[in-house]
Amino acid sequence: MNVLEADGLGKRYGRSWALRDCTLAIPSGHVVALVGPNGAGKTTLLHQAVGLSSPSAGSIRVLGGLAAGSAPALERIGFVAQDAALYGGLSVAGMLRLTHDLNRRWDEPWARQRMRELEIPLERKVGRLSGGQHAQVALTAALAKRPELLVLDEPVARLDPLARHEFLAALMAAVAEEALSVIFSSHVVAELERVCDYLVVLSAGQVQVAGEVDDLLAGHRVLTGPSVEAPALLGRLPVVRTHLAGRQAHLLARLDGDSAAALPRGWEVQAIGLEELVLAYMREPEARAFPGPAAPDSELWEVRA
Amino acid sequence: MPAIAFRLDPASGVPTYLQLVQQVEHALRLGYLELGDRLPRIKDVVGLLAINPNTVVKAYRELEHRGLAAGRPGLGTFIVGTLGDVPLAGQQALRRTARRWISAARDAGLDDDGIAALFFSALSEARDASEGVAAS
Repeated sequence: MNVLEADGLGKRYGRSWALRDCTLAIPSGHVVALVGPNGAGKTTLLHQAVGLSSPSAGSIRVLGGLAAGSAPALERIGFVAQDAALYGGLSVAGMLRLTHDLNRRWDEPWARQRMRELEIPLERKVGRLSGGQHAQVALTAALAKRPELLVLDEPVARLDPLARHEFLAALMAAVAEEALSVIFSSHVVAELERVCDYLVVLSAGQVQVAGEVDDLLAGHRVLTGPSVEAPALLGRLPVVRTHLAGRQAHLLARLDGDSAAALPRGWEVQAIGLEELVLAYMREPEARAFPGPAAPDSELWEVRA
Repeated sequence: MPAIAFRLDPASGVPTYLQLVQQVEHALRLGYLELGDRLPRIKDVVGLLAINPNTVVKAYRELEHRGLAAGRPGLGTFIVGTLGDVPLAGQQALRRTARRWISAARDAGLDDDGIAALFFSALSEARDASEGVAAS
């Protein structure tokens, strides 16, 4: 089952397109990181997924083909918006009661148990919580409806390192316990590798990279060798990014360990980390990578220029 | 309470699942883990380290593949193999000898990197020598 399927999805605000021709199929059972520069369309895509706005072109479906924003879809999706809209004047208990009233499925004992574990007093006003506690209350409210898909828009952007760790730990524990898929957008690229196992990079409203993290990392290598030989390799290999110095060149190329063995002598081959990979693609907005089963028409990669 | 607790070194460059595998092996060698011990539950590891549960699953599967652990459905993952036969108590004497040797090396003017390099070079020499004996 795909938790999210976009087909030619577009969203226009006035004369500019926030999303353009997005085609994407995210299988269930993953923790998906949605990354990209400011204005790439991350929030727009998440809002489309939870039905907060409707497409200007194409279609978007969730949880195995349900129309995004339809009642059966919303019942099975938890959503935490960027500045998680909690009512500051309500107590934590009142906040949970309100969320309960808005949702058909709701696990009240679990929500109260979570608040106890986090030592968040139920009578405390939401407006007086710390940033970390606020985020935990929003996460608890979203999880207590026992969603199959949890959508989080920049959940950790404003948290300090400790609160961020505790938030992600709570999120990962929920993933370990339930059959839960998660899609979250983030600016904090450094921590992605630990928590996400599926990556989507958006660039200027389009899907630039989409695939399982293991496949992406296995399919990219950094090649280091003499600059004079670099042009010859550029013609032979799918190179994503080139960094040429006077004598030494670094090429980020799409290839696996086996094909790397066929390189000319004197070229070193190194694996790449997720952060470096994400940054490289963000610096090369024209490059595309869609490994895995979504690319049936080529052995490894569907390259769309 | 589980016998060991995992920690991560983000600067090591070693993939997270492999760090977990290496820490179990290390704990087995040092006697912190013994046959029959239960490894920390996936949910607990994830809740402590804030990592993807699939990473822990992958690490435990690798330990099964190496014959060191076995999963029992609904119960957890248990240690079923060992590495090295010297128990924790038996290692104390060796540790004392090593400490004396390290002091001697420091007195001779070696720094920590020099000591480590000398140790690994001697280890590799010893390995070559024992392989030579086996071959002849």
